[in-house]
Amino acid sequence: MERHRDDIGARTGMWLFLFTEILLFGGLFMLYSMFRMQHGAEFHKAAENLNRIAGTTNTLVLITSSLAMALSIAAIRRGRKAASVALQATTVLLGCVFLLIKYFEWSTEIGRGIYPNSPALLKLDHGEILFYGLYFVMTGLHGLHVIIGISVISFMLVSTAKGNITSTDHVRLENSGLYWHFVDTIWVYLFPLFYLVT
Amino acid sequence: MNESGIQPGFYAAPGSRTGIFSWIFSTDHKRIGLLYLFSIFSFFAVGVCFGLLMRLELIAPGRTIVGPSTYNAFFTLHGVIMIFLFVIPGIPVSLGNFFMPLQIGARDVAFPRINLLSWWFYITGGLLALLSLFTGHGPPDTGWTFYAPYSIRTGTNVVLAVSAAFVLGMSSILTGLNFITTIHRMRAPGMTWFRMPLFVWSVYATAWVQILATPILGITLLLVIIERLFGVGFFDPAKGGDPILYQHLFWTYSHPAVYIMILPAMGVVTEIIPVFSRRTVFGYKAIAFSSMAIASVGYFVWGHHMFTSGMSDVARVVFSFITFIVAIPSGVKVFNWVASMYKGSIRVDAPLLFVLAFIFLFSIGGLTGLILGALATNIQVHGTYFVVGHFHYVIFGGAVFAFFGGLHYWFPKITGRMYNEKRARLAWLFLFIGFNALYFPMFILGWEGMPRRYYDYLPKFQPLNVVSTVGSWIVATGLILLFANLLRSARKGAAAGPNPWGGTTLEWQTSSPPPHENFGEIPVITQGPYIYNPSKGKGHGTA
Ligand code: HEM
Ligand SMILES: [Cu+2]
Repeated sequence: MERHRDDIGARTGMWLFLFTEILLFGGLFMLYSMFRMQHGAEFHKAAENLNRIAGTTNTLVLITSSLAMALSIAAIRRGRKAASVALQATTVLLGCVFLLIKYFEWSTEIGRGIYPNSPALLKLDHGEILFYGLYFVMTGLHGLHVIIGISVISFMLVSTAKGNITSTDHVRLENSGLYWHFVDTIWVYLFPLFYLVT
Repeated sequence: MNESGIQPGFYAAPGSRTGIFSWIFSTDHKRIGLLYLFSIFSFFAVGVCFGLLMRLELIAPGRTIVGPSTYNAFFTLHGVIMIFLFVIPGIPVSLGNFFMPLQIGARDVAFPRINLLSWWFYITGGLLALLSLFTGHGPPDTGWTFYAPYSIRTGTNVVLAVSAAFVLGMSSILTGLNFITTIHRMRAPGMTWFRMPLFVWSVYATAWVQILATPILGITLLLVIIERLFGVGFFDPAKGGDPILYQHLFWTYSHPAVYIMILPAMGVVTEIIPVFSRRTVFGYKAIAFSSMAIASVGYFVWGHHMFTSGMSDVARVVFSFITFIVAIPSGVKVFNWVASMYKGSIRVDAPLLFVLAFIFLFSIGGLTGLILGALATNIQVHGTYFVVGHFHYVIFGGAVFAFFGGLHYWFPKITGRMYNEKRARLAWLFLFIGFNALYFPMFILGWEGMPRRYYDYLPKFQPLNVVSTVGSWIVATGLILLFANLLRSARKGAAAGPNPWGGTTLEWQTSSPPPHENFGEIPVITQGPYIYNPSKGKGHGTA
């Protein structure tokens, strides 16, 4: 049985999927706004302890990786396989850099004794407990999406190198790109909400 | 061909695998539909057993067969299984999977492999739910709503049960996006939106509710898990959180979930009525639009579940009002169904009997829902058996009776054989009488104040509880009759031919059971589906 191919259908499916992902994060953004309305001042205070330089670097890293992803699709459209593979590799690498920086940030907080349900955290005000709770849950869930994104793009990278993704058949790569842009966009919202509220 | 003259159809095209593997690794939408059908009804059987056990416990006040903690586990598991493993997947994944592609003239769904994946998610979720029974510190006892803060604090195996519901949610989302894409992209030439059978419309509306509402459930359940594992504190007042937030998030999903259960059932009803009255559907567009209306308004009424949970007065009145508004599109449908039957040449076979029972029981469920939706009375009956009666009338009397109707209606297409009509009617009679004996007393009990979710009750409530328990036995007999008849007929029934009911939608144009890939040649559509007046054409065809 020959495979039924419908690029528009595949794209439709991907957009619907991303839509559900947005709703998933939407629930958390809703919690964030409700808690922040109740505890504005404490949110500001808690946010001052986050490392703004690390956050900014990570924002730049992710935006660059998104750009590389977009370019890799442009490259495969023109049939430039090697360039596309290199650009995808760049995306994956930058994704790993993002995770690494995030890892050091989390370690610093945990090193200070700040993690969910920790004795040091429970001594703080309610607003700060909630702020850090949201911080760990939201960046954690986002981090999970980064890991999934890295795995998917690595898979695409191999497919491209093997010649399964070509200038005429690349909807899978495009969909992976969409996913990566989504991951990037979520971060672009998380960054100001956590690092810049001071 | 075999000795009875029935073509094996898609059953003879197992693909590259054999035996059970030709089913559990198949990407054929018909095989996946049947896989789902068997899976969900297996869980249904388990759920019914818990229901019967609860009714047995309630036959007399005090401890009859189990104590309070076992009883709590019973209603939790009964609820979780019936809701998450049976009615929510329900009609769309089984009959929808099998018939939606046939009805739009497609060879399969848009993403056959994702379709199979969603079944695997479903089974994984089901197994996790069962596992939660036997591992950890006892089965969950929170009720299927997993309300915080109790669900955060109880020592029982909540994490596993909640993970099960989460995985089932992913399965539901995948099915939803698959169906939407299929309906957008794979309709046969000439099958415009307003020529689609109304069952397809209802599956379409349901799919939207699935992908709009399920992610909210997903994040809510995820938070319960995180809360239990790490103690973040979003729902814990001691850490600044708020348990009411849990309820808001939960009902943002779970009210729309009621439409996930009921919309496809309405779709089945809308298919059966014209065929058995030999008249076109009255108000095709009104029915199609009312499905979409229910899907969109249903999103905004969750608050009526929380009238007693501490809400502002304005919020309460608003929620009460929107709840009444949802009744309008439902009423439109009932009106259209009755109008479609008016002056038709009605043929009262089992599928139509189930449909008539559906209309009757669902109307009672709807009316008692209005009583619950109304703010003033809600406070009187909140948390009583009135609520239990109401949602069984809506879900069991509504969704499940329609499901049974659809099962009989499409049985000849699925198996190529006819079921035994006499036994089907007998089963129907048992179910209908038993159902009312089982649940009607609950309205009275609830009005008089018998609380739900309790293994014991005041002695004055006993007579009606005995009626209810006897009713549950009649229902059980009806279920056994129904399934015994269908299973037997699947092997022994007379050959049905491609179109035993004289239906005019596309699935009746192909052979019974349908061949692999459904149609020899994809049909071209020139008309709407339900045309029974020969001078006006023949709809999508009467093969
Ligand atoms: C023979 C069939 C059934 C029997 C005997 C039965 C019996 C019961 C009883 C007695 C309760 C109330 C428990 C309590 O509040 O103390 C209950 C609750 C419930 N039933 Fe059924 N039921 C049956 C079928 C169904 C079906 C088909 C569905 C849905 C598809 C369903 C969904 C529920 C739900 C969601 C609850 C609420 C559980 C909770 O309070 O957490 N039941 N059932
Ligand atoms: Cu509701």
